[in-house]
Formats: sequence, structure tokens, C-alpha cells
Amino acid sequence: MWADVIVTLVKLGVVLAVMLTAVPIMVWVERRGSALIQDRLGPNRVGPFGLLQPVVDAVKLLTKEHLTPEGVNRFLYYLAPGIAMVVALSTFIVIPFGFDPGLELFGHPIHGFLVAPDLNIGVLYIFAVGSLGVYGIILAGWASNNKYALLGGIRSSAQMISYELAMTISVVSVLMTTGSFRLDRVVEHQSHAWLGFIPAWNVVPHILGAITFIIAVFAETNRLPFDLPEAEAELVAGYHTEYSSMKFAAFFMSEYINMVTASTLIVLLYFGGWSIGPVLAHPQGWGGALTSVAVFGLKVAFFLWFFVWVRWTLPRFRFDQLMAIGWKVMVPVAVLNFVLVGVMMALGWPV
Amino acid sequence: MIAVPVPWILALSAVLFVLGALGVLLRRNAIVIFLGVEIMLNAANLAFVAFAMERAGSGSVSSAISGQLFVFFVIGVAAAEAAVGLALFIAIHRLKETIDVDRLNILRW
Amino acid sequence: MVIWAFLVFAVLAVVFTTLAVVHRSPVVNVLSLVMVFFFLAAIYAVLGMDFLAAIQLIVYSGAVLVLFLFVIMLLNIRRVERFGSGRPVQAALGAAAAIAVGALVVWAVRGLAPVTGGVTPDAFAGGTAAPIGRMLMTTYLFPFELISVVLVAALVGAIALARRES
Repeated sequence: MWADVIVTLVKLGVVLAVMLTAVPIMVWVERRGSALIQDRLGPNRVGPFGLLQPVVDAVKLLTKEHLTPEGVNRFLYYLAPGIAMVVALSTFIVIPFGFDPGLELFGHPIHGFLVAPDLNIGVLYIFAVGSLGVYGIILAGWASNNKYALLGGIRSSAQMISYELAMTISVVSVLMTTGSFRLDRVVEHQSHAWLGFIPAWNVVPHILGAITFIIAVFAETNRLPFDLPEAEAELVAGYHTEYSSMKFAAFFMSEYINMVTASTLIVLLYFGGWSIGPVLAHPQGWGGALTSVAVFGLKVAFFLWFFVWVRWTLPRFRFDQLMAIGWKVMVPVAVLNFVLVGVMMALGWPV
Repeated sequence: MIAVPVPWILALSAVLFVLGALGVLLRRNAIVIFLGVEIMLNAANLAFVAFAMERAGSGSVSSAISGQLFVFFVIGVAAAEAAVGLALFIAIHRLKETIDVDRLNILRW
Repeated sequence: MVIWAFLVFAVLAVVFTTLAVVHRSPVVNVLSLVMVFFFLAAIYAVLGMDFLAAIQLIVYSGAVLVLFLFVIMLLNIRRVERFGSGRPVQAALGAAAAIAVGALVVWAVRGLAPVTGGVTPDAFAGGTAAPIGRMLMTTYLFPFELISVVLVAALVGAIALARRES
């Protein structure tokens, strides 16, 4: 009993530490990556290759003055960044970070790299908690008492609802072939090979679903080309116009943490998690388990880079274009994918 | 493990239902009235859950699942209702610049 | 343990429902309702109905209430009338009616509820999603189809209502 509690707390601590470390690294990657794409140098003064730049940024944000604008609803104004952070951090407890060959520590089973191993609703939990994240943005927009912030909040609420639909429908096909909400089962399902050498990743049979899912998570994380809620060319800084110092940092961090969640979900649902076909499907012992974590991390890192890559390559949509794509393209394509996979299953194809 | 008594769940459901009804009958802003309706629907859901749990306690798992399915259907209807209701409010607001139900009285003689 | 969790969530749900009904700012009303639905989902989860808890959060908190907030912000409703203000006779009658309806419901249900019955969440070991899905496709197939028709009708109706004539 107590051993389980301690194991869970340690896992929570490790996951939190990894997430909060991933944020400054991603900030650095984003700034250097954008510089690379735009053919300039980027931050290169603090530490080797500017690696310590995020640390300096954090110190700057921490020591800045806390400004509270006139006429705001104080309670909601302070609550909003908190909601954004808490929601972003609490989705991680159902994500398996690697294979569990029945690992034991000091003779006690630790149930792999999953914080909540007994939660049967896996993916649904992520959607349920993730759907609360929009409140942070809407509240920030409403409580700021600023027209640009309000516009950002309104845009965000419409955008989130629209793209959540496409995202959920595209995931249904994966859940259908897996027969479980649990993400470790989803990976298990992909841990074999077709014709002996093609990894049986879901991205092949569910290609339409994978595309709509990836586009939808870009919208859900408010990243370009869908960062309409904070479009700086139109809305100053959108919903966080009135936020400074650590309150701004909370929004900033939650955006990056959401990117990490999105990348892990893409990898787990469509790119085989830690498995490469039958390789690493059932690694043995601590060495094998840690290798699976490393492979998983590499795949996630690729999609994180993909986020940066897209952001500095594509221009922003107009709001009417955004809604038109969401409802007239994404939802129908997601439904088509769902029907196609259903037909494939009915025909008995190995999907 | 100690069980949750079914009457407690029903009591919570009754309290929520009365609070929702109070909201519907005593408020005059259409959106808040609508929130009251949502509260009442959720109170009903809780009652369904309570009876489903009672069935599960007496060993009939399939009727316990039925109770949860009713909740599922109520949630579906509530979503449909919210979509139509909010569209109505937008249409009314465009016409009258308010959604206070006391001011929507042009059909009164 | 379960019983204490239920009590805590129940009390919090009632507190936030009161706030949702009486507060003057529509945004606070909706946010309190988000909390209420969150605690109801927590109660479902505590009772072992994990699928229902997730659906409650996804549909209500994730979609319906966001839509409410969207409309409030679109119409820019900052503050509305106080709870129970306006004509006193009607307000008193309304309150009496609400309590009477509540009393009626309690009276009607009283005979149905077992006084001693109680359940443990263990009844749904292995998750509720699979049996719910199976029943949805067999026993309740017709209501399931019907609800999709209702949703489509609502969607079309909402678009028709909110559309600007041009």
C-alpha cells in the first residue's frame, strides 16, 4: 500500500521534472530553429550555442514586476494562468513512456513508466482533462478587461470546439482497431511487422486520420498556422496581452507542455510508440525498458521539431478560413477515415 | 470497502434539482435560466446513476449499464438543446439587444 | 474512503451550484457550473463509472459550457440582474414552486429507494466502456440512432436560427 503510494509519487516527480526541463530546451530549440530557418544566428551569447539563454529568460521573467491592469476581475485574472498550467501538467499520468517488462525496484513491482496504470479510460482521460485547458485561455481573455484579449478568448473558444471534434473522430478509428482506450494497448497493437519488415504502425492504414489528428493538435495547442487566439499582427498578443512576468511565463510554459503532450500522443497513436515493428516490442530487463524509453523520446523529439518547423514555415490562416477548414474539410475527412477503417475491419484486413 | 448509500446519491440529486429549478424560476437572464435547466438535467442524471448503482448492488450488471446509457442519452439531448438554445439567444439579442426574458414581451396583450 | 470522497464532492457540488444560480456575473455562473460538472464527474469516477465521468467532462465542460462562454463573450454580457430581484410576489411563488417540485420528486422517489442498499465501485471491474458500447449497439440501437437524428436536427436548426439574413 505505502510502497505503491511512494512509487506513484516518485513517478509523478520524475515526470514533472522531465516536463519542466523539456520546456526550456524546447524554447532554445524554437529560437535556434527559427534562426536556422530564417538564415540568422539566434541567441548565441549565453553559454555554448546560447544553451543557457532559457535560464536567463526565466530569471528575467521571475524578477519582473507583477502588473495588474485596472478594472480586471482579479480572481479570474490570477486563476487563468494557473488553470492553463495545471491542465497541461495533469494529462501526463496516463501516458506510458516506455515498455514495461515487469520491472521491479527493491523487489517491488513499479508497473512500468505509467503514473496511473489502473486507469482504463486512457485516451479519454487525456481528452477530458485537455478539454478543460481552453478555460485558461478564455478566462484570461475575459478577465483582462481588454478588447484584444477578449477577441483572442472568443476566437480560442470557437477554434477549440471545432478542432476537438475532428481530433476526437480521427482517434476513434485507432481505438476501434485496438479495442481499448489504454495507450499501452495501442502501442502493443502496433508492435509487429507486415510482410516481415514494414513496421505495423497505425499511420499506414489510418493515414487520413493521422493527417487530421496532427492538424487538429496544431490547432488545439494554438501553434501556427492556427495561433489565431494570439495573432500578434492583429490582436497585439491576444489572450495574454495583459499578462506579464511569471503569469505570462505560465501561459508560455503551458503551450510548450501541450506541445510535448501532443507529440507523445501522435507517436503513441500513429507511430508505434517505442516499438519499431517487432524490434523493441518486448524488450527485457531494465536495459531494454530504458532503450524503449529512449526510442520513444527520439520519436517525440522529431515531432517537437516538426512543430517548430511548421511554425516558422507556414503563414497564419484567416479566421474564416480556419473555421471553414475545421468544419468543411477536417470533420468530413475524419469521418471518411472512420468509415474506411470500419470497412477494412469488416473485410478482415490486418489493420 | 464501504459502500456509498443509494439514498445519499438521491438526496444530492434532489438538492441539485431544487437549486436548478430555483435558478429557472427566479432568474430573468436567459443564459442563467438555461444554466438552471442544465443543472436540473444533471440532477436527473445523478438519479439515474443512483438507481443504476442499486441494480449493480443487487447483482444485475446489465441494468446497471442501462442506467449509465440513459445518462449518455440525456447528455446527448442536453448538447442538442444547448446548441439550439444558444442560437436562439444570439438571434434574440440581434433583434432586441438584450436576453432578459422580461423584455421579450411583444406577444403580450 | 469512497464514502468520504463522495461526501466531499457532494458538498462542493452543492456549494458551486448555489454560486452558479445566485451570482450576478454570467461568466462566474458558467465557471461555477464547470466546477459542478467536474465534481459530478468525480462522483461518477468514485462510483466506478469511469466512462461516464470522461463523457461528462468532454461533452459538458469541454463543449457545452465553452459554447455558453462563447455566447456570453460574443454578446458581451457583463452583469445581470440580482437573484430574486424584480416582482416580489412572482419571486416568492417561483421559490415556493421550485421547492414544491423538489418535495414532490422526493416524495415520489421515496418508495423506490432502498433504505439500506448501497454499492461498491467494484461492480464495474474492468471498465464500463465495453459493456456500454455493446449495449448501445444491441438493446439500445434505436434510441442511439434517434439521438444522432436529434443532434443533426439541432445542428441544422442552430445554423438556421443564428444565420444572418443577407
